[in-house]
Order: sequence, then structure tokens, then C-alpha cells
Amino acid sequence: MAPFLVIFATFVLAPAVLGIWMSLHDWDFMLPSRPFVGLDNYLALFDSSSAVFEMFWHGMRATAIFTVASVPFLVAIPLALAIVLNRRFPGRTVFRAVFFMPYVLGVAVVGLLFRFMLDPNIGIVNGLLGTSIPWITAQPWAWISLVAMTVWWTLGFNTIIYLAGLQDIPRELYDAAKVDGASAWQQFRHVTLPGLRTVQLFVVTITILASANMFGQALLVTNGGPGDSTRTALIVMLAEGLESFRMGSAAAMSYLLAIFLGIVSIIQVLAMRERRPRWRS
Amino acid sequence: MAVLTRPAGTRPEPGAPDAQPPERAPGGLVRQGMFWLFLLVLTVIFIGPIVWMFLTSIKTNPEATAVPPTLLPSSPTFAAYEGLLRLDGAYPVLRWFLNSLLAATLHMALVLAVASTAAYALARLHFRGRGVLFVVIVSTLFVPGFVFLIPNYLIIDRLGWLDTVWALAVPGAAGAFGVFFLRQFFAMLPAELEEAALIDGANQWQIFTRVVLPNSKPALATLAVLSFLSNWNDFVWPIYVLFSPERLTLPAGLRLLQGAYTTDYPVIMAGAFVASVPVLILFLFTQRYVIEGVSRSGLKG
Repeated sequence: MAPFLVIFATFVLAPAVLGIWMSLHDWDFMLPSRPFVGLDNYLALFDSSSAVFEMFWHGMRATAIFTVASVPFLVAIPLALAIVLNRRFPGRTVFRAVFFMPYVLGVAVVGLLFRFMLDPNIGIVNGLLGTSIPWITAQPWAWISLVAMTVWWTLGFNTIIYLAGLQDIPRELYDAAKVDGASAWQQFRHVTLPGLRTVQLFVVTITILASANMFGQALLVTNGGPGDSTRTALIVMLAEGLESFRMGSAAAMSYLLAIFLGIVSIIQVLAMRERRPRWRS
Repeated sequence: MAVLTRPAGTRPEPGAPDAQPPERAPGGLVRQGMFWLFLLVLTVIFIGPIVWMFLTSIKTNPEATAVPPTLLPSSPTFAAYEGLLRLDGAYPVLRWFLNSLLAATLHMALVLAVASTAAYALARLHFRGRGVLFVVIVSTLFVPGFVFLIPNYLIIDRLGWLDTVWALAVPGAAGAFGVFFLRQFFAMLPAELEEAALIDGANQWQIFTRVVLPNSKPALATLAVLSFLSNWNDFVWPIYVLFSPERLTLPAGLRLLQGAYTTDYPVIMAGAFVASVPVLILFLFTQRYVIEGVSRSGLKG
């Protein structure tokens, strides 16, 4: 227990507290004096005349666009795939591993690979499609590319979680539904979906969190562009804190983004609780 | 009429892994054909880019950037790898590889040591504040990771660990996931095992090392693989805490390569492939554990 507590206290608890403290100071890594400024760092983020306002909200907007655009695909496609893989056919464990495989690659690898494949002139994607779409140099194509590559990369993770959830739904429920003459769609609607409620809540929550964390894809593939349209909140925050070394301001940004995510999660939990389960196990 | 449907109610072979899927096998020749075609297309989509990365890495640059692209290299060459992996090359890729290996192995060992002892204490020992501590640990699972980035940078700086392997291996080692995951596993082990050892005069530490750990090999393996993978692939943290070119990890180094060889795609793809091979091999051999670990993270969440 002791070694854990030391590391936990140093790298999890201490930073959480230190972060709040920093966010209340004009904390510049390069300057010796770090005066207490109260909530100024936070207020600056809401003051449209401040230097950080434009940058921060632009980043928040980019993160929001990516999250709204990617989460539905990252939730729906894995669910569909999990239902397919939940059928009984030879080799299903092999396919399960195949669809999960991209997930074990790092974002650096995936980023470079897609940067190459999506190249407007020499990329294989335009080559195969016979098009000359500016996948990374114009909107909305850049967003489409980032969402598509993220789906390719991470879809296996949610699929596996759904699969585990599907296997927990008692078989008798499907048998009972069939006896009642339920169609495949009705079985999905009234047995599968309610049976996956908890899993669904978990998947949506972690997917929103992951999408809001988007960083590497935008840095490596579009490099924040075209313009700075894909410069996400995390890129802005890290540039402010670890490149310009205005750490107080960056810490304030990170807490504000975390609070936003907390609010989104609470709304989502409440919204999903509204829909009553049709059966209880 | 050739119908390949299985007799209704066929059960999968007993002992087969995951032997209780609720859906029946797809019936009908046409439907079955469509089904396999669908899977084939998906497989190409998922494996294709990885294969393409390798194929590009063994092409010459003119061929890699040819329009229209050629599928197979006309004269395969490992020149890109030779350039990258030579010891006196412009970029110490081999060094990066070893750095990544060292950091990920160290991180994995730390996670196992730290998480297993903490999880055992939380699962079995009775001490004041245990419940509160567990709640605190679990609640950090829901705090987005970026909150810790900037303060941790400062702490690492204070410790003098910037630009060292410690900066990579240590901070993530007290992640709540490992403790949570192992605690759930330990709590499910039958208490009789430990009671028997206790009667035989074993102390807590002996029970932990001789009874609990040997009975938890699958869970430990899962955690080991997952922590290795996440550390190997980490991108955000290494690009900020490492500066010296010879101390970079592969993901951080790849970014340098991209900057230096902007359009020399065989070299870039060779670098990416070198970074992928270890994790792909690790995954092939341990996919059961990885997938098992991921499934559990969902059910317990």
C-alpha cells in the first residue's frame, strides 16, 4: 500500500491541488514572482477583450465540433459491429481481434499513416476513390478525416465493451421475445437496448471524455489547420502552459474544460436515467 | 436446395471460449455470402492501412509517391530501414526504440508492484479510512487526464526528472485503473485459500506473495499488457517532458521524423512501422488478455 500512496499522492493528488493553486496565481514558469491573482485567470477566459479569450474559445469550439461529430459514430458503429460479432460463426474471435488491432497502435503511428494516406495528391484514399478531395487542407473535409481516422483507430475498444455487455443479456429474454413474435428490430429495440443501458452509459461517457481529449490526430494530421480550425482545446492549453509557460492560465483552462465535461456527464446521466428500463435483471 | 443453416438449437462446442452468444448463425446461402463479404470488406479496411504502411516502407520514394499508386513495390528495398536503424544515422531511431522499451517495461513493473499491493490492502486488510480511500481513488478515474499534465510537469521539474526515463515511467504508475481492476479481482478470490494459509502460519506478506499473486496471473497479465501498451504509445506527455534528441521515445521521435522527412514517405512509414511492430506482436500473443481486460473495464465501470 505504501508505495502506491506515495506515487498516488505525488502524481495524482498533489497535481490536482497544485493545479488549483496555480490557476489562482499569475504563474509563469519563467518568472520568479508569481503573484496571487484570485480568479483573474478564470475571468480572463470569459472576458472577450483578454488575450486568451479568442484562443481558448476557438479551441473549445474545435473540441466541441469534434466531440459532437465523432461520438455518434463511435457509439453506433461499435454497437452494430458488436451485434454482428455476437452471432455464432467460425472465426469470430479472429475478427474480434482484427477490429481491435488498430487500437493498440499509438496516435503517433496512426497520425503519420493517415497523413500519408489522406494526402490530396499522392494519397491512396484519393487514388482508390479516383477523387481529388482536399482531405486535410479544407473544411469540412479535415473534420471528416479526423473523425474517420478516430473511428478506425478506436472503434475496437467500444466494440469489445458492447460485446461483453451483449453476452450478459440473458438468452431467455430473446427466446421469450421470439415466442411473442418480435421481429429482429423489435428484439433489438426492446431486449438488446434496454439490456445494454449501463454499458451504453459507460461507453458514451468515456467516448465523450476521449473525444474531448483529442490532441495527437489534429497535431499530426492537420497540424491544427486548415487555418486554426482544428486547433483543439487541448492543443491550446498545452501550448499556453508548456510552450508559452503561462501555467496559471493553462491550469485555469484545464479546470474549466474539466468542469464543462463534468456538466455534460451529469446531464447525460440524468437524460439516460429518464428513460426507464423495460425490464430488470 | 443447398441450405447451409445449422440445425436449430445447435450449441457451440462445449468448452469453446465465449460459448453463449444469444444470436443464431446467419442462415441462407445468399445471406451467408453477404455476411462473409461484409466481414471481408471490414477486414480489408482495418488491416489494409497497416499493410499499406509496411508496403510503402519498402518502396522507393518515387514509387511511394507515384500517381496512381502501385499496390506492391516493383523492387522492394529495405533502404529506409537501413537509413533509420544505422547507429550513426541522423536520427537515433534504434536508441528511441530502446528508450521506449525501457520506459514501458519500467512503467509496467511499477504498475504491477504498486497496484497489486494497494489492491490487496484495499481488498483484504482492515484499516481505518479504507472505504474513503477507495472512493477517492475511484473518483480520480473520472477526472480527465489533461488536468494533471501541467502540474505534473512542474512536479517532475522539481524532482529533476525532466528529460529522464523517470518522467515517463513513474507519474502514471498510480493510475486508479490498475488498483480498481486488481481489487475487484482479488475480492473475488475465495477467502478459504487465504484462511488455510493463515492456519499454516503464513503472515500477510506471505499470503500475498504465495497465495494471492499466483492465483491472479490472468489479471496481472492483463494489467501488464495494458500498461505496457499505454506507455509505449503515449504521445502527449513525452513530447513535452523530453528534449534531448537521444532521449526521446519512438512516438515523440516520429514527430521529429515527420518534420525532417516531410515527403520522404518510405522513411516515415518505416519509422511508424518500427513503432508498431512490438505492440502488434505483443497484441497477437496476448490478445485474449487485452480483450478480456477491456471487456471488464466496461462491466465494472
